[in-house]
Amino acid sequence: MRIEYTGTSELSGSLMVIDGVLGVGYDELAEITLRGGGRRQGRVIAVDGSRAVIQVFEGTRGISLENSRTHFTGAPLKLALSTEILGRVFDGVGRPADGLGEIFPKERRDINGSVINPVSRKYPRECIYTGISAIDATATLIRGQKLPVFSGAGMKHNELAAQMVRQAKIGDGSNFAIVFAAMGVKNDVADFFRKSFEDAGAIGRVVMFLNLASDPIIERIITPRCALTAAEYLAFTHGYHVLVIMTDMSSYCEALREFSSSKGEIPSRKGFPSYMYSDLASIYERAGQIHGKKGSVTQVPILTMPNDDISHPIPDLTGYITEGQIVLSREMELAGIYPPISILSSLSRLMKDGIGEGFTREDHAELSNQLFASYSKVQDARSLASVIGEDELSPTDKKYIEFGRRLENAYIRQDINENRTITQTLDMAWDILSLLPREELDRVGERLLDKYYRT
Amino acid sequence: MKNKDTAYYIHGVNGPVIDVRGGTGLSMLDMVRVGELRLPGEVVSVSKSGATVQVYEDTSGLCHGQPVYPALAPLSIDLGPGLLGNIFDGIARPLKKIEESSGVFITRGIDIPTLDPGKLWDVTVNIKEGDFVGEGTVFAECEETQAVRHRALVPPGVSGVALSVKPSGKYATSDVIATLRLKNGSEHQLTLSHKWPIRVPRPVNERLPISRPMITGQRVIDTLFPVGRGGCAAIPGPFGAGKTMVQHQLAKWADADIIVYLGCGERGNEMTQVLEEFSELTDPKTGRPLMERTILIANTSNMPVAAREASIYTGVTIAEYYRDMGYHVALMADSTSRWAEALREISGRLEEMPAEEAFPAYLPSRLAEFYERAGLMKTLSGSEGSITIIGAVSPQGGDFSEPVTQNTKRFARCFWALDRSLAYARHFPAINWNGSYSEYFIDLAPWYDAELGSDFTAKRQRIINILHEESALQEIVKLIGSDILPDDQKLTIETARLIKTGFLQQNAFHKTDTYMPLPVQYDMMELILRLFDGAKTLTEKKIPLSLLRDTGVFAELMKMKFDLGEGAGKDRKYFEELIDSAVAKVLTENE
Repeated sequence: MRIEYTGTSELSGSLMVIDGVLGVGYDELAEITLRGGGRRQGRVIAVDGSRAVIQVFEGTRGISLENSRTHFTGAPLKLALSTEILGRVFDGVGRPADGLGEIFPKERRDINGSVINPVSRKYPRECIYTGISAIDATATLIRGQKLPVFSGAGMKHNELAAQMVRQAKIGDGSNFAIVFAAMGVKNDVADFFRKSFEDAGAIGRVVMFLNLASDPIIERIITPRCALTAAEYLAFTHGYHVLVIMTDMSSYCEALREFSSSKGEIPSRKGFPSYMYSDLASIYERAGQIHGKKGSVTQVPILTMPNDDISHPIPDLTGYITEGQIVLSREMELAGIYPPISILSSLSRLMKDGIGEGFTREDHAELSNQLFASYSKVQDARSLASVIGEDELSPTDKKYIEFGRRLENAYIRQDINENRTITQTLDMAWDILSLLPREELDRVGERLLDKYYRT
Repeated sequence: MKNKDTAYYIHGVNGPVIDVRGGTGLSMLDMVRVGELRLPGEVVSVSKSGATVQVYEDTSGLCHGQPVYPALAPLSIDLGPGLLGNIFDGIARPLKKIEESSGVFITRGIDIPTLDPGKLWDVTVNIKEGDFVGEGTVFAECEETQAVRHRALVPPGVSGVALSVKPSGKYATSDVIATLRLKNGSEHQLTLSHKWPIRVPRPVNERLPISRPMITGQRVIDTLFPVGRGGCAAIPGPFGAGKTMVQHQLAKWADADIIVYLGCGERGNEMTQVLEEFSELTDPKTGRPLMERTILIANTSNMPVAAREASIYTGVTIAEYYRDMGYHVALMADSTSRWAEALREISGRLEEMPAEEAFPAYLPSRLAEFYERAGLMKTLSGSEGSITIIGAVSPQGGDFSEPVTQNTKRFARCFWALDRSLAYARHFPAINWNGSYSEYFIDLAPWYDAELGSDFTAKRQRIINILHEESALQEIVKLIGSDILPDDQKLTIETARLIKTGFLQQNAFHKTDTYMPLPVQYDMMELILRLFDGAKTLTEKKIPLSLLRDTGVFAELMKMKFDLGEGAGKDRKYFEELIDSAVAKVLTENE
């Protein structure tokens, strides 16, 4: 029997309260029909006796205390899945948005997913070459990793992500797929990505979930969960290697804050809810590889740091959950360097086990350590030069200045279509490191120095 | 929808917090089972109208009116053989068994006992009929893993005369091995395992003063900022500074008998890594895989938040259990900030009045309770055991003035401050020598001087002084460059560089450098000071420091950490001669 509740007893922000309901579960999906014919969806976010509080995805505009009928579906929001989703575009809550009609579902899955048992996880070790030197050598992307891009408004994070998609060898041949989730981005950004997937000839392997800047913010909280449910389905049921690009996580967090304050929750730092860490973790932790399953889920979330502040709660909590970060630098962006990757603050936590002999090349680990150590000395030399002038520097410091200049302009800088092999990248790094006197290279063993240091 | 088995039912649901009605018989911190799925939960507040329960699993789908089953006992875990080498969730359910029953994704409402009830242990019984057995007595033993013998304990609060005792043989954890008659005339059956409520510290005979360090093989820790065996240390640091790396290194190399590694709100892949790596690495003491002395507790960041709050108590209770057997236990908690945040999240849902940064006002007292469960103890049976707690702290934005770091500082006497700029330069472990301290060193100094040479303390102090002097000099160098400094100050800078790169920096992935025995650390310290003193005689004679530097002796000492130690090729004598001859050569050429 289909039970519908007529009217509501309270409306506030995106929340709708219905009294006198029985047997409604926490987190259940509700379908709301308006008298004028509109249909909306919502989610039960609190149960208190016979009172249920519903968060309406599309917002409560136009709903009055009397003009709605609500039906509780008895289950949380589920996403319809089959391999037909490849090549399709959905809205922020997983409804087809490309006019091609509903998909024929093989199964429906709860978008909240389930926790992967740590015992069942396979520790990721295979690297994904992106063809971008500043990533491949010093912040190597590993299959099954979650590696966010920390950017700022106006920087070239979209171009970088698109280049990674174009160049990265995500799978070995035909078994790769890309899941793209847009949260609160402008329509032209979504178009930019669509076009670059087309250019890469991959549009048939892309699943897009779009919640654009003008779409309801409550849907934004659902969008990444839909995207990851689709990614997990492709990876662990059908063996695809899936790269998930989510942009912009800052919009997501702001939606979370807006929603939290509308519920009257006690705010924590900068008004964000105290559960934001757990909430972000429930998204980011849905990456990885599993024993006995062929596929993998690799995440590259993009976030714009408000005011370029890396200690802002959004990048801060993200950095504590993800396995490293790629940080873009305003300074390099202004200097016209693309990609503007700040290699000192970028990090890949999983690279240590996926590089070196048998994976990339024997010198990779020590070389990348040396690059970090030497480049951090460049910063010291530069700040000294800004006080006493470059001419007054010691000969060694002058070499460091030159080393830094070359590193940024020849090694980090690369063309938006330039795809370097790992050997090219590592050799190039040695060429530039060899500008420094050999005894300054204290992170590399003698044997490797003999072999690679250029005199 | 009332259930005939129980009067209690769900009234309201708000995230992990549930409002229960139907009676007044629930006590604070009692366990309950919630809903048709019987999800585990714990009572956190009681009022006339009902009780509030925090649920250790996702509460999706719970409805008004569903039954709540009281367990009428506090949240307890089973302690017994079978813990070692295993991985558990925050309330001690075995994750390997969960995988067998529910597959790669964890489903809800799984009720699997902590210890495998079917496994038989080869037990040697230590008591006989008629014996009087006191609390904490080791009444039986078995080989839990090849590395560790499990000592079955008479539970605290139980003592009496053995009425019947089974012979040595194969027993499961719940088989009765002996029956005691207690003072009050009742009988108590002893089994290999017993239950203990996780929020109650296990009793001990007395607390002993801390007198020796926990040796970790990490130079910056052992030599500069040691933690006492039975002490507490905190590792605060922003993300990417290497907290987890330090924790892993300590878990691998610390000279503890048992390691409890608690992944509290951290990454799933990190727990997988510990599990894989520790199964492959061998413990130098026993020659067995490290996993055989390790217990992992995993509440990854996407697991339920209420279980995160419970997980540190689960960890420390297990640690106390092994301490009571007379073992030295190290508990790595990574990270206590996530636990504090779980506390905050639940406090917010309970609508409690928030204190600083929305943390509840009882945060400091909870932290104190946790860290006080560490210590060097005389156990109930009279042996000596200890728990050393190493707690990682993840301060928001890397700002050490936030409440969790500040309160932890009050209770942990050893503070290893990780530094983002050191991490950026890939100086690992990125423990900042200027911001860190160990209050234990005063207690431990006699041990160091007795074990390593009477001048250890003095030498260590000289090293610290050089580092401090250098950081003051760096202020000047930043303004005018180092070339203009007089030679004796240049020497301080050069030596500090040697200490930083050659001594404090340690490569966790290098075969020998990953663990350095304390005597070799002492040798290195002495060699650095020998070079410093030798160079000093030159600068006093106004001979330029650059001449000594040109001999390459600094560069060679910079890499001595890879050459010293067992089987690495060179010994202390080689470097002593190297230093002396370099100094002598420069001296004779310039006098």
